Amino acid sequence: MSGSQAPAVGIVIVSHSPDVARGTADMVRQMVGDSVPLAWCGGNPDGGLGTDTEAIRGCIEKVWSERGVALLVDLGGAEMNAEMAAEMAVAAGHGPVVTCNAPIVEGAVMAATESSMGSDLEEVREAAEGVL
Amino acid sequence: MNTQLAELMDRAVATISEHAQELTELDQAIGDGDHGLNMQRGFDAIATSRDEWRDLALGAAVRKIGMTLVMKVGGASGALYGSFFMALGQQLPDSPSGADLAAAVAAGVDSVRQRGRSEAGEKTMLDVLVPVSQTLRSGVSDGHDRWTLLTELVNTAAAGLEATRPMRATKGRASYLGERSIDHLDPGAMSSYLLVKAVCEGLGGAS
Repeated sequence: MSGSQAPAVGIVIVSHSPDVARGTADMVRQMVGDSVPLAWCGGNPDGGLGTDTEAIRGCIEKVWSERGVALLVDLGGAEMNAEMAAEMAVAAGHGPVVTCNAPIVEGAVMAATESSMGSDLEEVREAAEGVL
Repeated sequence: MNTQLAELMDRAVATISEHAQELTELDQAIGDGDHGLNMQRGFDAIATSRDEWRDLALGAAVRKIGMTLVMKVGGASGALYGSFFMALGQQLPDSPSGADLAAAVAAGVDSVRQRGRSEAGEKTMLDVLVPVSQTLRSGVSDGHDRWTLLTELVNTAAAGLEATRPMRATKGRASYLGERSIDHLDPGAMSSYLLVKAVCEGLGGAS
């Protein structure tokens, strides 16, 4: 665990649906307040159901610190676009980034709670994946 | 200037636009029903961004096309086709020989395999792309003439597409349907077939 000034691991929520992403973020905020850097996105580049790689990358950069960023995603296309966005962010110096293999709502709440305790990226990922 | 690439992409854009409704209907049967729209959005973006890639070196132009698909499609097909074109472009010299092309296509297909964590036989676009890549490689190394090879490629793509019909999906949204995914053509295999056919026709093959 780092000193009190160290930023917490960032959390990014990615859903096909902006409503799901926003609602999940609301639930996370209720648990951890503003103690964890949190961003969400949902919808394809035209605003329909889907995911937007550029928007995901923007979210990663928004919550990034050297502690890293954990992604929570919903269905397959979101996972693949999140991976592409993570690779781009890492290439631009915004790593490490991991995608948690966890259900989006429960995983996001667990990941953020773990992050708020000052845990490192691997512990945050394990907390999210422990939901399964 | 990549005149031939621009012509091939025009054909790709046209075939996706022409068949968008059909892709959507196939995807409504076993997926989430967005494949036609997503592909159309991506390929329209390739057309409208043409000035950004047409004057680049061939490999860089193809990579740019891949990046456009990644950024604009909004579904798994963007990451998959985007990865294909990015890996393809990575390998393409300015004036590729048949062997160069075969190696670049193989790299593109490998990239789809890795991105999707999938193999042929799982009712996906790989059921078209894997055999097409193999046909290209063996046709080039066996010295088939251009017309024969292009015809073989289209036939291979058609057979790969048809082979998805009896398959049970184990990847993507269709896998949720289990047995009910059987007896439907895979929409990703259909878009791959359409693209292979359009490109082969553009290169002078049989229509």
